[in-house]
Amino acid sequence: MSELSGTARHNISFTLNGETVSGSAEPRMLLTDFLNYELGLTGNHVGCEHGVCGACTLLIDDNPERGCLTFAVQVDGRDVKTVESLAGREGDLNDLQLAFRKHHALQCGYCTPGVLMSLTAYLEHTPEPNEEELRDMLSGHICRCTGYVGMVKAALDVVEQRKAKA
Amino acid sequence: MADQIDTKPYVGQSIERVEDGILLTGRARFSDHQPTVTGTLHAAMLRSPHAHAEIVSIDKSKALAMPGVSAVLTGQDLTEMASAFLIVIKQPMQHYSLAVGKARYVGEPVAVVVATDRYKAEDALDAIEVEYRVLDAIVDPQKATKPGAPILYEEVGDNVVSTREFSYGEPDKAFAEADRVIKLTAPYPRNSQTPMEGFVVNADYIADTDSYDVASNYQGPFTSHPVMALALGVPSSRLRMRVPAFSGGGFGVKVQIFPYVVLMCLCSKVAGHPVKWVEDRLEHLSAAAAAPNRVTEIEAAVKNDGTVTAFRFDQLDDYGAYLRAPMPGPLYRMHGTLTGAYHIENLAVRNRVVMTNKCPSGMIRGFGGPQMYFAIERLMHRVAVELGLDPLDVIRKNLVPAGSFPYRAAAGALFDSGDYQTAVERAVNEGGLEDLKRRRDAARADGKLYGIGYSVVVEPAQSNMGYLSNILPAEERRKNPKGGAVSNATVNVDPLGTVSVTADSLPQGQGHATVLSQIVADELGLTPADISVNMELDTQKDAWSIATGNYSARFSSSTTVAAHKAAVKVRNKVARIASVTLNVPADQLEFADGKIFAANNPENSLKFYRVAGSAHWTPGSLPDDMDPGIRETGTWSPPELEPPNDQDQINTSLTYGFVFDYCGVEIDRDTGQVHIDKYVTMHDSGTLLNPLLADGQVYGAFSWAIGCALFEEFAYGDDGSFLSGTFADYLCPTAPEVPEPLILHMETPSIFTPLGAKGIGEGNVMSTPACLGNAVCDALDIETVSLPMTPSKISALIHAEETPPPAGGAKQAAPAPAGTGRVIKGSGETTVPAAPDEVWRTLLDPDKLAAVIPGCHSLDKVGDDSYRADVSLGVGVVRGRFRASVDMSDMDPPNSVRLSGGVQGPLGASKGAGNVRLKAVDGGTHVTYDYTVEISGKVAAVGGRMLEGAARIVIGQFFQRLVSQVGGKTAAAGTSPAGETLWQRILRAFGIGR
Ligand code: FES
Ligand code: FES
Repeated sequence: MSELSGTARHNISFTLNGETVSGSAEPRMLLTDFLNYELGLTGNHVGCEHGVCGACTLLIDDNPERGCLTFAVQVDGRDVKTVESLAGREGDLNDLQLAFRKHHALQCGYCTPGVLMSLTAYLEHTPEPNEEELRDMLSGHICRCTGYVGMVKAALDVVEQRKAKA
Repeated sequence: MADQIDTKPYVGQSIERVEDGILLTGRARFSDHQPTVTGTLHAAMLRSPHAHAEIVSIDKSKALAMPGVSAVLTGQDLTEMASAFLIVIKQPMQHYSLAVGKARYVGEPVAVVVATDRYKAEDALDAIEVEYRVLDAIVDPQKATKPGAPILYEEVGDNVVSTREFSYGEPDKAFAEADRVIKLTAPYPRNSQTPMEGFVVNADYIADTDSYDVASNYQGPFTSHPVMALALGVPSSRLRMRVPAFSGGGFGVKVQIFPYVVLMCLCSKVAGHPVKWVEDRLEHLSAAAAAPNRVTEIEAAVKNDGTVTAFRFDQLDDYGAYLRAPMPGPLYRMHGTLTGAYHIENLAVRNRVVMTNKCPSGMIRGFGGPQMYFAIERLMHRVAVELGLDPLDVIRKNLVPAGSFPYRAAAGALFDSGDYQTAVERAVNEGGLEDLKRRRDAARADGKLYGIGYSVVVEPAQSNMGYLSNILPAEERRKNPKGGAVSNATVNVDPLGTVSVTADSLPQGQGHATVLSQIVADELGLTPADISVNMELDTQKDAWSIATGNYSARFSSSTTVAAHKAAVKVRNKVARIASVTLNVPADQLEFADGKIFAANNPENSLKFYRVAGSAHWTPGSLPDDMDPGIRETGTWSPPELEPPNDQDQINTSLTYGFVFDYCGVEIDRDTGQVHIDKYVTMHDSGTLLNPLLADGQVYGAFSWAIGCALFEEFAYGDDGSFLSGTFADYLCPTAPEVPEPLILHMETPSIFTPLGAKGIGEGNVMSTPACLGNAVCDALDIETVSLPMTPSKISALIHAEETPPPAGGAKQAAPAPAGTGRVIKGSGETTVPAAPDEVWRTLLDPDKLAAVIPGCHSLDKVGDDSYRADVSLGVGVVRGRFRASVDMSDMDPPNSVRLSGGVQGPLGASKGAGNVRLKAVDGGTHVTYDYTVEISGKVAAVGGRMLEGAARIVIGQFFQRLVSQVGGKTAAAGTSPAGETLWQRILRAFGIGR
């Protein structure tokens, strides 16, 4: 990566949920702050700002990353997906979101976008995890409301549904 | 057709939540995403790095001059603009939103900067210069009560700021006549459920009307609304509080936003713009709120058959540095239920409130229940063990008898309904207790450490607003008797006959909108999807009262009733209108499937929306005495919530559910890890309004209870330094740590609430830590255990304390001994390619030394052997500027010198000392050094895991630079085969080379 001046704003442009967006940011601006305050996104949440809670998880080039540990300038030219990318245009929920609703996998919903993004990426490359593996993966997220029971059930439900479809 | 109308009520069904769509798509606007006015400024806070320190001076001039900064406020400024907060007890304990005179805990706000963005505001914090005079701190609540302890409030003269004694029945007689007296000390730690979303405040001062408009994820109780208005010096009608519909968890913590609401209001007034503040995680963990840690000494008077005839409590509740309203609530909210689920007629209580140099306490889920039940249920377990009885038999023997409801407990709680015996028997059978006992026996036969624990809990819900007045003696209470608890909800029907609902419950994830839609849909013959529920609250537009808010399991037995009442009013009104057209008396009309029809002739029907809309369109055709339009508010206050009586009895809550838990745990002999093998939890929470959501509350409470029992604690050093400032230090359970409990339900409707519902959200927070504590004590055959039961604590119980590794051999910094602050020690040696004389001169020359100290911006000689420096230091991502002072003593040129001093800055403070010894060797000087540094403030709170490494790096850098200063770069000290210089290799050996 080329060197950036610490105080200047830098122009950045990247693909966000399928559309090209651009703006400018100081090198120190966090990606989460850029998404929330510069672009006005509401789905990406910040729970700790130090990489532990997982609330800010989003996909960069389809890999789950912590938005709070990423600077906005780092995603220049890359592909970023947030929870807003999951539902269809009309707001119709995808299978994972529907399963979350069915199994009461969310209460306050603050941790939920990050969990959905992690699961989205995980189930892509691990389509048939068992419960223990799922719980292990979910350990990258802190949810204070649900006790994780609904999340595990929802994810296993989706695994079954996708298996039946395949 | 009409006979196919489905009249099955929605209440009681597990319907999916109406809230979820918007949450799952990421479109819900939490507080940080609420729109702000252009020109809104942002606040950041400078917080005390010291647990107890006099504020000698604050110089804000440099900060004010920084780009983008519009205001800087200090505690002194606040005293000129606002009043101190009202507190619950009569003591001279002034509390403002910023420290005034002295700081009393690490993390206490000392100054606030308002700037055009948060980044700039934080930049300016570094430029505020605060001079502190550090005082001795007191952290331990028991030591705080002793003479000679550092005092937080000189005006009070004692850290114990309230003591009350109570007696019910004849406790002395019962203890005198008892076969045995069994005692236990039950300490409960400081913890909090730490919602994932922190505090957010957006405040706007409107000069024309001298009023404030605030949007915040406040959760009530609105008892603190008058507290804020009085502090600001405005009538409460001029403090408009708006709470958004979505909040990222609360668990009681978010009532403690109120000092920040006042602070942002004042910032807005000074800056002339709206001001927004978003709490970060370190701020939350160090300064939001913690459940009070409590030391309970509890005794039971028992008969040999296991009957308990009396309890005696001595409760010492630690409220940290400030007593913010409604504290000391946790000590009094459970008062009526101090005999737990048992029929015990004699009770003696001493309650003491103690202040220490820790984060102020607050309402946290369970609200005094976890502390109380941990003592009671641990004691009941002890009673069984001491008498050689089965713990469950002792529980059974003492439970409040079936058939005695409503039952008045010794201290005044009026248990509305229940059948505890049946609940226990059902759980024993349906949860498979016998099987669990067999598992235990088999495990033990295998040499494993396996235990079974039990606990029973009466779970109160909907607090009596008079519960805190028991802190005053009866004579004083009589002057101003307090009781009751008002709830409000409004059902509105618009001109097209569609229905919307608002209510006073400020949900934070519990699904209130869903439940209200079920209740109103049932009453009006509609579906939940037909009802729009808006859970925002606006004190200038909505019905509210002091009880408004989301706490103490208030919703299911209060706001639901108000909503039901409002819906009944709407139904009655609509029925009267319909009765004219249908020519059927209103009381013979039914509502279902979107229609209103005659009960005996369903074909004679009208659409709900047409009838309801007509109240807007054709007001002239309404029955004579009827008001046009349809907007009905239901208001309710249950008569059972009376003020305390002259015998100090108080019905602290309206409904009382019942929880019975048991579990099996296996403890890993090597690691001390507690593995939960099976957990059964039986709940009788009255009528379940939505079983799916009820289970969600149980899972959530259980999950946090696992944290309380096994992982979570706000840790402090003896010097008051705060040691758990990140989620890597304050450990919340994640999915692998939380097993799925078996949830069982029984439904005995409450006789005091029209819908029969009781609370369910707090039970496991009260029952589970005690149940797990009992199981661990059973497994290890020990008398007491303190929470959290971490592997290190448990393995110390199994193996006795580990002896620390021998000192001396280790070159690396050693971790602090348990119980002290964040202390790092270390030692090392290196060789510098210059003679001792030259090294010595470098160390004593301010210019040269400045070049050697890593991150040094300037260094001034301020005395013969004293220096002051301005340095940048950092641990991981936490970096900041510090002022350092260094004194040199015991100087023996050019052989040895002792350095002592400290650094201070917005990120924290440290003090320490070190010795440096120089010895001439072939090719230069052999330098040996050792150091001990104590650290407090932000660096100590967040950097625990990195500090030792960081100290090594900084010290390594110091010598690296010393080497180059004295010409080491060119020193022909030999190179390794890989081309490394000797110095690089030495530095690598210290773990600091590149
Ligand atoms: S906010 Fe990024 S991990 Fe917590
Ligand atoms: S749903 Fe609230 S934190 Fe997970």
